Amino acid sequence: MEPLTQQLERDFKVTGNSWIDRIRKEAFQSLAQLPYPTSEQEEWKYTDVEPIVGAPFRLAERKELLVPFEKRKHLTFSGIHAIRRVFVNGYHCPKLSSTEPLPQGVIVDNLATILQNNPKRVEPYLSRYAKDQNNPFIAINTAFFQEGAFLYLPKGITLEHPIHLVYFSQSNGAAAVSHPRTLVIAEEGSEARIVETYIGDGSYWTNAVTEIVLGENARIHSCKIQEESAEAFHLSTLFIHQNRDSRASSHVISLGGKITRNDVRALLDAEGSEVTLNGLTMASDNQHVDNQTLIDHAKPHSTSDELYKGILDGKSNGVFNGRIVVRPNAQKIRAQQTNKNLLLSDDAKMNTKPLLEIHADDVRCNHGATIGRLDENQLFYLRSRGMGEAEARTLLTYAFASDMIQRLAYGPLETYLEILLLQRLGHAEEELR
Amino acid sequence: MQEEAKTLKEITEEEYQWGFVTDIEEERIPSGLDEKIIQLLSEKKGEPEWMLEWRLRAYRHWLTLKEPKWANVHYGPIDYQAITYYSAPKKRQELKSLDEVDPEIRKTFEKLGISIEEQKRFSGVAVDAVFDSVSVATTFKEKLAELGIIFCSFSEAVQKHPDLVKKYLGTVVPHNDNFFASLNSAVFSDGSFCYVPKGVRSPMELSTYFRINAANTGQFERTLIIADEGSYVSYLEGCTAPMRDENQLHAAVVELIALDNAEIKYSTIQNWYPGDKNGKGGIYNFVTKRGKCAGKNSKISWTQVETGSAITWKYPGCILAGDNSVGAFYSVALANHYQQADTGTKMIHIGKNTRSTIISKGISGGHGQNTYRGLVRILKRAAGARNYSQCDSLLLGDKCGAHTFPYVEVNNSSSQLEHEASTSKISEDQLFYCRSRGLSQEDAVNLVVNGFCKTVFKELPMEFAVEAQKLLGVSLEGAVG
Repeated sequence: MEPLTQQLERDFKVTGNSWIDRIRKEAFQSLAQLPYPTSEQEEWKYTDVEPIVGAPFRLAERKELLVPFEKRKHLTFSGIHAIRRVFVNGYHCPKLSSTEPLPQGVIVDNLATILQNNPKRVEPYLSRYAKDQNNPFIAINTAFFQEGAFLYLPKGITLEHPIHLVYFSQSNGAAAVSHPRTLVIAEEGSEARIVETYIGDGSYWTNAVTEIVLGENARIHSCKIQEESAEAFHLSTLFIHQNRDSRASSHVISLGGKITRNDVRALLDAEGSEVTLNGLTMASDNQHVDNQTLIDHAKPHSTSDELYKGILDGKSNGVFNGRIVVRPNAQKIRAQQTNKNLLLSDDAKMNTKPLLEIHADDVRCNHGATIGRLDENQLFYLRSRGMGEAEARTLLTYAFASDMIQRLAYGPLETYLEILLLQRLGHAEEELR
Repeated sequence: MQEEAKTLKEITEEEYQWGFVTDIEEERIPSGLDEKIIQLLSEKKGEPEWMLEWRLRAYRHWLTLKEPKWANVHYGPIDYQAITYYSAPKKRQELKSLDEVDPEIRKTFEKLGISIEEQKRFSGVAVDAVFDSVSVATTFKEKLAELGIIFCSFSEAVQKHPDLVKKYLGTVVPHNDNFFASLNSAVFSDGSFCYVPKGVRSPMELSTYFRINAANTGQFERTLIIADEGSYVSYLEGCTAPMRDENQLHAAVVELIALDNAEIKYSTIQNWYPGDKNGKGGIYNFVTKRGKCAGKNSKISWTQVETGSAITWKYPGCILAGDNSVGAFYSVALANHYQQADTGTKMIHIGKNTRSTIISKGISGGHGQNTYRGLVRILKRAAGARNYSQCDSLLLGDKCGAHTFPYVEVNNSSSQLEHEASTSKISEDQLFYCRSRGLSQEDAVNLVVNGFCKTVFKELPMEFAVEAQKLLGVSLEGAVG
């Protein structure tokens, strides 16, 4: 435990801006009261953070990086025109980012630049929602983030193209940590689609925090594609704060990383708000993927829909912990939560815990969870039609995952993920094209 | 069979019917808890040395434990030194026949509808009546003995069947299992013991009726049921207590053991005093119940109707160790007034092709908080295990809460597991449908609530099903707007 604390103190710097220094300092000081989570804590029961916090991680340094050729293709989606911002080891990399004229008033920039030039823009929002008494990693991000993405959508603006944020990490031997921070502010009636890609090379730790604030009637579709390297640790927390009649959706696609922990928290803080949380995990070998979601129905007449699916192969470990809270007097709530898991190997494990905490009576809340393997009858049917065993399994596994792709409801992204999935399932790239 | 349906309002405001106190002479030991008290208690019961050793071991372990705080219930601190750990009706001698039972006690049980004498004539159920800390009477002993079934109080079993007790006591719930189980192991005063020999099918329902009478006491009973190979037994338990302003602690332990091809069916109607309308008084019901399907093809099923207690903390579980063994849990839990219930089950699948079913129905009214907390764990070697869980909650007011905390842990790929849960107010559509068919609002609500609990009630033995329906004969008048 010592190494991380020591390096934290060494890396703590002041920026000179009184407000930002204050929140950083508060976050840093709060760490003293926030011990690293252990399996004693309910939210961390199945995830051991010792490999992360016990290693001597140092804050990644800014440097010119050569993104390996085979990884470079992930920086762009073929066939999708996107507003792209690329970050390498948590630092903005203008060379790899796109430049295009943006609609009047829209800001897509480096968070550090905004903090320097126009902190007033950020002050009311940054770190206001990303708070948690039980999760020190959020405080660590707040105290140490270097750069990140800032997105501002003025009233009534709809962005035609998605915003693609790429967080690339690379370590050259030494264990490096980056704390990417993303802040999205969508004013009344605005709409945008955001894709975050986390990818990298070598062994490193990504500790990301994203805050999304939706104004009245705003719509944000967010998608996180996690393709970290096999030795990487990935911790991320997404906060969604919703105003009246706003619609938010989040897709968390977890494919890479050694230990992955995703926290998604949606606060439906006004009537008429709706949130959709989707997640797809594909794990194999010794991967560990922990998904934690919280949907907090704070006000009446709000709706949530959640579907998380996991496909676990090898000796992988899956965790799902979904909490739905309906606060007192938050009537007329509809909440639906489903967690389905496919275990492909006898050594894979799944722990699921869907929680309902209901303090109002006029609600309709359901949750369901299943864990099982591929249906023998379906396999038999495919085999009887002349399909090989391996192919039949791949097809059925793909079918299990395919509705998660459809739920993205955005053609070009669906195609991209489809290819990614089929690759994971063992198809050569040439076949797919 | 069914009395006129009571409205929810009546039920909510109804006085607890079983809240009277019986004025009998009681013998009690000083309050407080230390090794001397345990020795005194053990001495009073004339227990052999090994039993005292076992108690002291549990007590020493208990001292190292802290009271668990993880349950979703809230209560003030319990002063374990203020509790009297032994209270018994005085002048207790070996009873030759039931007529020798203290007439006051007999009256009490008659008031409760458990007439010890009349039980003889009804021939349906063999009853072991536990009054405060001790078992006062067991009916039908001889008839059962003819078949080789041992059904007696726990103290008697310690004296007469020490080998069986020694062999099985603590094998399912060890003395160091948890805080309340350790406390129980140290101070348990009495309870029921039942042994069904090989191949015997118990011809009647066995039943224990628990009654707390004395003030400032805790009731710590221990029940041990062993079903030997190929046997079958159905066991019922019921409980009531007087109305008192202070909270009383009830920390029982129940251990069930089913050997090869045996089946145990365990049903509970728990109606301890739940406290008054403002949440004052009531029983703290902190119970550890666990069954072990030790043998192949064995089966254990728990059915419970939890309507009483200020706080219920109870997770009857099954350890499915034998191959092809089956566990089942059926529960209706009602939390009214300021009642808090944190209840559910644990199904641990160890053997191959083990199956378990969980059906839980929670009803919350008033300021009640109802929590389902369950664990289904499938170990790696439990190939082909199967579980189905369903947890439904019905909310009858806007100040109550219903919570569902299921834990599902699967460690192999050949198992199949489903869990579903829903929380809702009574369905407007269903009510509308019934209304459109000419039913009154009240009848419609009654019908829907009855339907809600039906899957659990049908698991209860007939006598209990009637009682349970009466207890829950809730018409939601005024609750639906």
